[in-house]
This record gives sequence, structure tokens and C-alpha cells, in this order.
Amino acid sequence: MSRRERPRGATVTLAQGAGGRAMRALIEEVFLKGALPSARPHGAFSECVGLEAQDDGAALRLGDRWLVMTTDSHVVLPIFFPGGDIGRLAVAGTVNDLAAMGATDGAVLSFGVVVEEGFAREDLERVQASVREACRESGATIVTGDTKVMPRGELSGLVLHTTGLAFADRVVRDAGLRPGDRILVSGTLGDHGFAILAARGRIELDADLRSDVAPVNGLVRAALAAGGPGVVALKDPTRGGLASALHEMAAKSGVGVLLDEAALPLRPAVQAASELLGIDPLHVANEGKIVLGVAPEKAAAVLAALRAHPLGRDAAVVGTCVAEHAGRVLLDTGFGRRIVTEPEGDLVPRIC
Amino acid sequence: MAERLPIAAPPGDASDAARLRFRDPQRARALAGRLRELADRRSHDPVSLMHVCGSHEQAIARFGLRGLFPPSLRVIMGPGCPVCVTDVPEVDEAVALARQGIPIATYGDMLRVPGSAQSLADARAEGATVHVVYGVDAAVALARETQGDLVFFASGFETTAVATAAALLAGPPANFSVLSAHKYIPPVMEIVAEMPDTRIEGFLAAGHAATITGWGVFERFVLRHRLPVVVAGFEPLDILAGLVQLLELVLEGRPRVVNAFPRCVTREGNARAQETLWRVFRPMGGQWRGIAHVPSGNLRLREEWAGFDARRRFEIDASELRDRAPAGLAAACRCGDIMAGLASPADCRLFGRECLPASPVGACMVSSEGTCRIQHEYQGHPRWEAAP
Repeated sequence: MSRRERPRGATVTLAQGAGGRAMRALIEEVFLKGALPSARPHGAFSECVGLEAQDDGAALRLGDRWLVMTTDSHVVLPIFFPGGDIGRLAVAGTVNDLAAMGATDGAVLSFGVVVEEGFAREDLERVQASVREACRESGATIVTGDTKVMPRGELSGLVLHTTGLAFADRVVRDAGLRPGDRILVSGTLGDHGFAILAARGRIELDADLRSDVAPVNGLVRAALAAGGPGVVALKDPTRGGLASALHEMAAKSGVGVLLDEAALPLRPAVQAASELLGIDPLHVANEGKIVLGVAPEKAAAVLAALRAHPLGRDAAVVGTCVAEHAGRVLLDTGFGRRIVTEPEGDLVPRIC
Repeated sequence: MAERLPIAAPPGDASDAARLRFRDPQRARALAGRLRELADRRSHDPVSLMHVCGSHEQAIARFGLRGLFPPSLRVIMGPGCPVCVTDVPEVDEAVALARQGIPIATYGDMLRVPGSAQSLADARAEGATVHVVYGVDAAVALARETQGDLVFFASGFETTAVATAAALLAGPPANFSVLSAHKYIPPVMEIVAEMPDTRIEGFLAAGHAATITGWGVFERFVLRHRLPVVVAGFEPLDILAGLVQLLELVLEGRPRVVNAFPRCVTREGNARAQETLWRVFRPMGGQWRGIAHVPSGNLRLREEWAGFDARRRFEIDASELRDRAPAGLAAACRCGDIMAGLASPADCRLFGRECLPASPVGACMVSSEGTCRIQHEYQGHPRWEAAP
């Protein structure tokens, strides 16, 4: 059968990489189908949080500690964007996945680089400089690496691939929410996604849209110190934004989440861009934020700890978990309540 | 419950002023109370009002306004989403062009609109070049950077059609052409009003389209059909206030046009925009997906613009797509009845089964403004006030 004549669904679509329902369906249909019995490792790592949890990373029991492991591929266009570049994104993305499992310190990383023939060496050095800077900020160390060059046209510019390892004394899952728990976010929402949309250049927005890309392990460390076991769930709200993160957390935890729109921290530029384009900031990626589920009696202490950190000044309590509406996210707009949907496919602006 | 952080700019900023004036929940509740009071006066069937604008539905859903409507008031989304009413053959033309290797630029929500066999997103996944643009200017800019042809698959009502017309008048590069799926809203209101089983007692007209046409365009409609029309804006308070006025007119039996969006809309409209529109486009009868043949409902390029008309520039052969169409599904789709207010999504046997947001059959499931899509997301349960 020729490439052109395949029936619908026979080829992978962009929507299936966008972090929402379509992507989860692809993962479940292709990668998890029939894999579950064998997904449990044997031997030394038999006690683990593995693939079936579909969490930010895996956690493997080693004695009285947990070794947390995550892996990530990084592609972004443009490679350099306001607020960061692909190198910073790679380190922050990996460190943040580890932190979202409760492993906030001493990460070691592998670093794979695939470069397209003809890529400017100066740009490669610029990327490497921000990799180094992000490692310095997060306390991560690159301990092994790999480099490949592909013929021109066989990939677009630069692809990075990382694996991260770090220890945690306690694993914090994304499935730990209980009715009554508060939902906190560590800062303004949607900054990365809108910065990338604007940087792609097809949209003239006279606004200061900058990516929030940053390692948040220090921020998570502070939150865990303040909240202790009262921090019951963590999630890295990247692709699919806060909406996808909360959908996953709510579904896995068997609770509903009720958000208060007036409490959502949004930069005015993001607010304006979202109204103009008809793109919900809750659907848009963050690269330097953390979502926390916190027991009500610890919410104030965790909020104070987040706000005391330079990356958490805009942190806020944005919602509450409820026993009703399990698996759903509702938003109180001040006028009424609505369902917060999961992003469906890649984000596109509306016409009307 | 939660701590509040300032969302918008500090007090005194224009955006904050706008928020306070048009997004004031207190005033919204007062208007909702008035709606309830009016709706209660009707002892028999519920009052059915129709809006004809995707942006109205978007605002209603976005702000959770349906929870404020009394049960005896039905606010129906009419054929007001230009993406939803783009007909299958129009999508097929764009898909066929894309599959012939001609790069297409279009608005984001057109990507997933199903044609006979494929959407533009499907064609893109198979290797066709489809750019998402935010406006016609971006498409023209793309054409300037492109060696070969670039076709702008244009959709939208008279508001966006004016922008397309202006871009052509401004002299685009020779490799640029337009595949127009633009629609003209006033004629379709006639169609809905004349449907034999219609229960619609009043129309909420789209404020932005009326900035172009002027509210005067509805006077003839009111005379002919004896149904009131209120032109309304898109902020939550605009919509609620518009509905209050419309309900008052319905209950008092006073068919007339009321302009509830006077800060933008005049009786005459924007003469320069109208001139721009009609210099480039001519109205033509055509099918609106699932609705009906709408006389003068489609906007097509005039003869003088043949050189920029993709339909005249290219041999578009969509027959192969039609041959591959899965039999039966599209025929069972009830989008038309749903958009005409005659059926609800639950009446359609495809709804929530074969027809889902990720694999829509009908256009009402495609757009975030489509009735079926909104109903699907709400799971038929628009009131969430029961939660603590």
C-alpha cells in the first residue's frame, strides 16, 4: 500500500504528540498494549513505580531509598526563543521530571545530541553554554553522553536526548490527591507555550512573552521541607498545560478538582494573547512550574515556602479536590462553572 | 476558598477597566435574576432563542453562563460557526489541492474539519504542506517567501471576508490565491426562520458581523418574519444583557431590532468595509453543511479576481476523495437539524459513539464552538452547582 492511500488513523498525527488525550491513546494502543505483565522488572528492581503508573518518571526501590529515573527527547522550533533555548529546556525538563517524583537533589544526566549536517557550530556552543548554566542552577551533572551527525534534511537542526537519575527518600506520585486537598501552582501559567507560539513568527503580538523554562528542583525541595508528608502529589505541567496535568492527577486519584479562575496566576501578556487567539492558557505548556497537591492544614506553609523562592513568587492556591466529579476538572469562573477540557490535538487559534 | 492574586494589570490600566465593566459577576447575577423573572412569566413551553455566532457560544461556554440560564429558557446555537458550516465539498477541494502538492494556508480550526475521506490534518499527516495562519496577512507573507503557489483556504463570515478582500486589493504576490469558503450570515437567518418546525422566537445577532453590515440589515428580516433581533457583543455581560432584552421583546410580542452593542455597531455599519467586501466578493447560493442550500449564503471571488481564485487557477479533482468516503456515517449525521435547533445532540445516533472530538463525523463536533463538541465536553450536564 502506498503512503498516500493509507486509511485514516494509519499514520501518526501531530495531535498525538501534543500531550492530551490523543497522545495518551497512542501510548496505550502502541506502547503499553500487551506490555504490562512484562513491564514489571525482575531482580534488584522488582519494587518499583513503573511504566503502568505513567508518572513523570519511574522510581526503583534500593534499600531504604528510591532511585528515580526519567527520560526525555527534546525538539523545539525555534531552537533559541525568548527566555531560553533547547539546551536549557533539556536540562530543566529532566530535572523537573525527577523533582516531580520527589527527587530534588544531585541529579546525574546522560546527554545525547543528534545534529543536522550544516548546523552552525557557534549555535551548538551557545546551546552547550546554557546546558552548563542550567546544570549549575539545578546541581545536576552530566556523567555520560553521545553525539551523532545526520545528513542534511534528515532531521531539523538539533535533537537532544536525556536520561536523569536521582535519589528520593520518599516518592511523591501524581495519584495522591484526596478530597479536601488543595491544588497549588508555583507561578504564572502558559508562559512557555505562548512564548514559543510568538517566537514562531507567524503572529505579531506586541507583548512581552517569555518562556519560564527553569529547573524547579530547588523550589520543590523548599515545598517538601515546608509540607513534609502533607505534600501528597506533584506533577510537572508541561505539554497539555495545567489542564492535562490536573486531568491525569484527578483521574488517577479518583477525585474531582475545582479551580477558582480568579486565583489562577497569569501574566497580562499571556492573558491578552490567550483572548486574542482563543487558546486557553490552561492548555498551554509550562517548563518551569510545578503543580502540588497539599493537605489543607499544610497549604499555607507550602505556599509561603514557594513564595519565598525566587521562582515561586507568583505561587498560588488555585483549587480544591472534591469527592464528586471524579476524574474531572471544573472551573469556577465567577459567573458559573464549566468543565476544563483536555487539549484536543495541537493548539490552534480559533477563527471566530 | 483560595487566595486571590491580581490577574490583570494594576488598577487604572485599560484592561482592568474592561474586566471590571464587562466581567463583573455581581452584575451578571443581577441580569441572570432578571432572566429568571422574565422566563417564569411563560407558563407553557420554554422560550427558545437562537444565537448565530460561534463567539457567543464560546463566551457562554468559557464563562460557564449556561449555569445561569433558567431551565425555561433554551439558548440554541444556530448555524453561526463558519468552520462548522463549511461544506464537505469545500473541504474536499482544499484536501485535493493539498494532496496535489500545493501548499495550503488556513485558520487553525479548519484543520480538523472532515471532508468526504480526509481532513486537512489527515492530509498533512500524509505529507501534504498545510500551514496554520492567524490571518490572511500571514498567508500573504508566506506566499512572498514561497517559490511556488500558495493557496489560502479562507473561511469565516463577512468579518474575516473583509480582511481577505483587503488583502487582495492591497496587491498580493502572483503565486497567492484564495479558495473561498467565506459565508454571509444574513440569508441563513431567513432559512432558519422559515423552517417549518422552527420553535425559535428570537435571534441574538453577532455583534462583530454587525459592525460591518450595520444593524439596519436586520430590519427587513424582522418585518418579514415578525421575530425580534438583538445585536449583542461578546463579553459575559453583553450576552446576558442581550438575552434580557430579547426575552423582553419576545414576551411583549414586539418584533423589532435592538442594538445592544452600540459601542461598536451603528445602523449603517462600516461603509468602507462593505465596499471592500463587495468589490472582491459576490454572493452566491450554496450548500451550508447540514443546513440547507442558502441563497446568497456563500461569498465567491468576482470575475475580475479570477487570477487569484484557486478554483479557476487549478484543476481541482476531488472525485477520488468522494469515492473513498466511508458509506453511511455522514448520511446519519444530524448536524443540520442540531444547528437549526430542531434536534439536540442526544437525538443523533452517532453522538458520543462514532462521532467524537478526536474523530468527528459532523462539523458540530469539530470546532470548540460546535454544539455537539460543547455538549460532549459537558457530558449533557451543564450545571455543576451541586458540587460543594
